[in-house]
Amino acid sequence: MPGERLGMSVAELQEMAAAIRCDVIEMICAAGEGHPGGSLSVTDIITALYFRIMRVDPRDPNWPDRDRFILSKGHACPAWYAALAERGYFDRSHLGTLRQLNSLLQGHPDMKVTPGIDMTAGSLGHGLSAGLGMALAGRLHGKDYHVWVVIGDGECQEGAIWEAALAGAKWQVDNLTAVLDRNHLQNDDRIENVMPDEPMAAKWRAFGWNVIEIDGHDMAQIVGTFERVQAIVGVPTIVIADTVKGKGVSYMEGIPVWHGRAPDEVEAACALEEIRRCAGE
Amino acid sequence: MSKDAYRYLRPEAVAALSADPPFAGLEAQATRFSYAEAIVELGERNPDVVVLDADVSKGVGTAAFAERFPERSFNFGISEQNMMAAAAGMATTGLIPFATTYAVFATLRALDQVRNSIHYPRLNVKIAASHGGITAAPDGVTHQGQEDLSIMRALPNATVIGAADPPTTKLATWAAAEWDGPVYLSLIRVPVPVLFDLDYPFQIGKAVTIREGSDATIVAVRDMVSHSLVAAERLSWQGLDVRVIDCHTVKPLDEAAIVRAAEETGAIVTAESNTIVGGLGSAVAEVLGEQRPTPMLRIGVRDTFAESGPYLPLLEKYGLSANHVAEAVLRVVARKRSGQQGL
Repeated sequence: MPGERLGMSVAELQEMAAAIRCDVIEMICAAGEGHPGGSLSVTDIITALYFRIMRVDPRDPNWPDRDRFILSKGHACPAWYAALAERGYFDRSHLGTLRQLNSLLQGHPDMKVTPGIDMTAGSLGHGLSAGLGMALAGRLHGKDYHVWVVIGDGECQEGAIWEAALAGAKWQVDNLTAVLDRNHLQNDDRIENVMPDEPMAAKWRAFGWNVIEIDGHDMAQIVGTFERVQAIVGVPTIVIADTVKGKGVSYMEGIPVWHGRAPDEVEAACALEEIRRCAGE
Repeated sequence: MSKDAYRYLRPEAVAALSADPPFAGLEAQATRFSYAEAIVELGERNPDVVVLDADVSKGVGTAAFAERFPERSFNFGISEQNMMAAAAGMATTGLIPFATTYAVFATLRALDQVRNSIHYPRLNVKIAASHGGITAAPDGVTHQGQEDLSIMRALPNATVIGAADPPTTKLATWAAAEWDGPVYLSLIRVPVPVLFDLDYPFQIGKAVTIREGSDATIVAVRDMVSHSLVAAERLSWQGLDVRVIDCHTVKPLDEAAIVRAAEETGAIVTAESNTIVGGLGSAVAEVLGEQRPTPMLRIGVRDTFAESGPYLPLLEKYGLSANHVAEAVLRVVARKRSGQQGL
């Protein structure tokens, strides 16, 4: 049967998330550049989707009835690539080629190059609109797939996000769920210093969205919420997942510079040791 | 004698070339409305075709599609960026979205989405953009898409079309639906004469010689095709035999037709209501510069913003009228002949 959910338990998901975090550190260290902070904040969300929630078929990545995933904050793609490799879309050996010439793994997601990437991303503010298009198409085609779009909180400074928010409410796309990776940081500094955005939840409610706020690192809560939102009808839902940028690596957590800086080998070894130790506890 | 030189033109159109004013009494339609008619016909026979609007469905005429196929019509309001990226998402599922707006908004406001979410992944989105070139004449500069051909031509995976008249606009719309990948249709706001019939040999990427000639060639696109025909007709009264090419596809450019025209006529004038920076004239110059250096001149908006005004007087003021095209041909022919004398 194509398109089965994997249905991992919460404990298994936590273990997988730790493995993906290790992959992220190793990939970005090997590449010498990349975006560790936002990759680590979104890891638990992506892990829950690919290993429990989404109906996908790694042997047939373009299966027309699959659930869709868009990482609109495309710079966090190392976490997506690692999840796809762990899920069997392509061999893990590709992870070491991130950002290199001839690699399957581009610096930002490229749907024509990497198996399992449902939408090219990188320029912020596109993904929610693209997901909206997929959701409307699913409705037109009478398909029951669900579209998941992860956006960033810095990304919400793009006006196009709010264009999509208006349209999502207009068309009541209940077959789409936005997940806001609310890590409170952006490239230059803390969001509150660059462009204050509170009250975030109230903004989405005012735009006509069903808003659910969760701890974006509490796997049981993530899974429970994601399973529940798919049954909501008549309104688009956004899950605002409160996260920590650099989650799992204490020297990166909440530090803006780790948005776009690669760890060197010593730093990477330290990070891997911490992630593995915490997972083992 | 000169009447035999025309190809594919309706006899009425040939006769109307020498009318005063040219094309007087000839049936005419703004090609935005030709597109709107064509898309309804397309919707009837292709269930995958959907139309996306951005609050100009009445200005372009796609409101008719919305009325006929409400479930396949999506009005995004005044949010072209959202429309373009949503079109990309729809295209990933096999739908064929026609995203409809004005050229300035399609190619400037939403260019990031058009580049990164449509052309980079080469998704099957068609962009129908009215008010291409300075044809939004009375609306003024903010609505004159005078850079649209240049901007779209710069994008990899782009196919860029500016059809000359109502029937060929319909043919272009239907061809775009059959084409695998993004297509940009540059439509115009003002009525243009019906020059051709629906049996015109329209093929994406294939320029069409619509007037035979051996003294020079005018390579024209979109609304400048009709003015170029008038120029060629007037030049024939002075004994010049000028070829006219309907270069409806600016990209991929029919390089063979351009080089052949250069070889056979030895003098080239390009004509577009686009800026001369980066549009058809630039494309032709690139081909000739690399493959067959030939005396040439470009008619187009000369790297300036225009202004409000009626269409024909605007063309006159900014150097784009039929007489301007004819003068350019005379100059380039003179250069060709002086070059030959020098040999």
